[in-house]
Amino acid sequence: MAGKRLGKQTLRLSSPPSVISNATIVGPKEGEGPLAQYFDIILKDDYFGEDSWEKAESKMLKEAVKNAIKASGRSSTNINFMFAGDLLNQIVSSSFAARDLQIPFVGLYGACSTMAESMCMGSLLLDGRFAEAVVCATSSHFSSAERQYRFPLEQGVQRPPFAQWTVTGAGAAVLAEAGNGPYVTHLTIGKVLDFGIKDANNMGAAMAPAAVDTITAHLNETGRSPEYYDMIVTGDLGKVGKTITLDMMEKEGFEIQNVYDDCGYMIFDAEKQDTHAGGSGCGCSAVVLNGHIMKEMKKGNINRVLFVATGALLSPTTTWQGESIPSIAHAVAIENTIGEGI
Amino acid sequence: MKTKMSSKQYEEYIKDKLPKPKSFRNCVAAFIVGGIICDVAQFISNTAKGYGYSQESVSSITAISMVFLGAFLTGIGVYDRIGKFAGAGSIVPITGFANSMVSPAMEFKREGFVFGVGAKMFVLAGPVLVYGISTSIVIGIIYYLFGK
Amino acid sequence: MDYLKAFIVGGVICLIGQLLMDHTKLTPARILVSFVTIGAILQGLGLYQAIVDFGGAGATTPLTGFGYTLAKGAMKEIKEAGILGAFTGGTKAAAGGVAGAIFFGYVMAMLFNPKSKK
Repeated sequence: MAGKRLGKQTLRLSSPPSVISNATIVGPKEGEGPLAQYFDIILKDDYFGEDSWEKAESKMLKEAVKNAIKASGRSSTNINFMFAGDLLNQIVSSSFAARDLQIPFVGLYGACSTMAESMCMGSLLLDGRFAEAVVCATSSHFSSAERQYRFPLEQGVQRPPFAQWTVTGAGAAVLAEAGNGPYVTHLTIGKVLDFGIKDANNMGAAMAPAAVDTITAHLNETGRSPEYYDMIVTGDLGKVGKTITLDMMEKEGFEIQNVYDDCGYMIFDAEKQDTHAGGSGCGCSAVVLNGHIMKEMKKGNINRVLFVATGALLSPTTTWQGESIPSIAHAVAIENTIGEGI
Repeated sequence: MKTKMSSKQYEEYIKDKLPKPKSFRNCVAAFIVGGIICDVAQFISNTAKGYGYSQESVSSITAISMVFLGAFLTGIGVYDRIGKFAGAGSIVPITGFANSMVSPAMEFKREGFVFGVGAKMFVLAGPVLVYGISTSIVIGIIYYLFGK
Repeated sequence: MDYLKAFIVGGVICLIGQLLMDHTKLTPARILVSFVTIGAILQGLGLYQAIVDFGGAGATTPLTGFGYTLAKGAMKEIKEAGILGAFTGGTKAAAGGVAGAIFFGYVMAMLFNPKSKK
């Protein structure tokens, strides 16, 4: 079968859609981090005027989507589909936001890989001429995630040094058939990998193999070298996962240290903010991509990025049952101009 | 990707890439805070004895007071900060038991008073009671059958 | 003097807990459950009493002391009430602490809200 599938996992889009607008909303801690200037809205507290964190998270997602649509110049009735997901059980943040937005909605669960997953799905619809414009979004919230996956906030616990801090943030992107870039040119859909990590505090180590697998698949199947990109960025591997990824990529025959970074590592100042190994959560990669990376692309400081969001597909139940943590990574190639490389 | 590793191999592989907990510092902190909390209990105990209460009453008074203290410090949002610093020094004493009951109860208030507060209080304390009481019953039975 | 002994004994028991937390895969919940159980068993063997006699509140405040209270209560009640004491004794002895935890837990949960973490 000729044409659009390269190898087993990578898809080349023949009509690359454009990312025409973005929006981000973050919590106070993220607003004190090194990337604060890139975020559109920084909340003063993580309740956002609501009486529960779950409602706050849903509101953040909804507002991010609304702001991205507003920035696109289109009305929400001219956005054909919404792709979104989050970390909460039954992805309620997304569903309840979609309830208020009334855009045909596809809910996704990819854990922290959702930003890439939603852009993959949205891009495919646009490339296939099934839509003219879509919105892709995701969110996470420290308090609602801790409550569901780990410990009540007031409990006296010590977090290990390789633990990560779930980002309170929502990011949304409007992708359209017509536009002047940045263009989504290639997608690499990940496979679920599990290298046996059972400790839910050690997400970076759990997810690194999935990132390595997807990145190598992408580079092998497109024939591109790491230097083709100005930036290869993973979603939330944190300091530990970043180290592991660099090492494993070298074992695979790819030297990526000149272009490689990780959103979880970038979003917090580990020393000053006591975030141990770095940020995590769907919102982490979403706000770094839609805030920092997209703004730098529009300025021309970054022209080609491979955005690889990573997700840990565990649940509290599987952890109690002694299961290990399967993970997945999806990659989206975003480029300011088309026609180079494959 | 080409690299294939079993779970054991991967665990070995990442070992030197994981930052280690500052165990010595944690142990010192746990020792000191644990000691202080026990001294607070000792003070309450001595005071109750001074008022002439029997040994059993003194035990109960001390337990109730320490539980109140743990619950109150949790309520005002201080106990988690102590816990971050002291680790086991705040988890192991009975104040930590109170903290483990009050923190989920506060957190799940939004789910209502029956299934939220009422049920969640025992998320962490439940196992302690189940295993503590069951063990004491088994010990009791053994003592009855074989005791001096 | 008894303050010093309480400090040391309590500190050591917490120290053991910390070592377990840092060097094993035991979660805080499992440590609490183990400590209660071990405290009860040690008292069943008649050993924990010596630690209590020496350390006072340093031995009774940690959760091992809760296990000690439960076991001691069961054994004492057996002398007075026979086999029934195995069931009633432990809970009787610990009644104050447990009831207090439940009641104060409820009151504090009603009065206060969890604070967002910085």
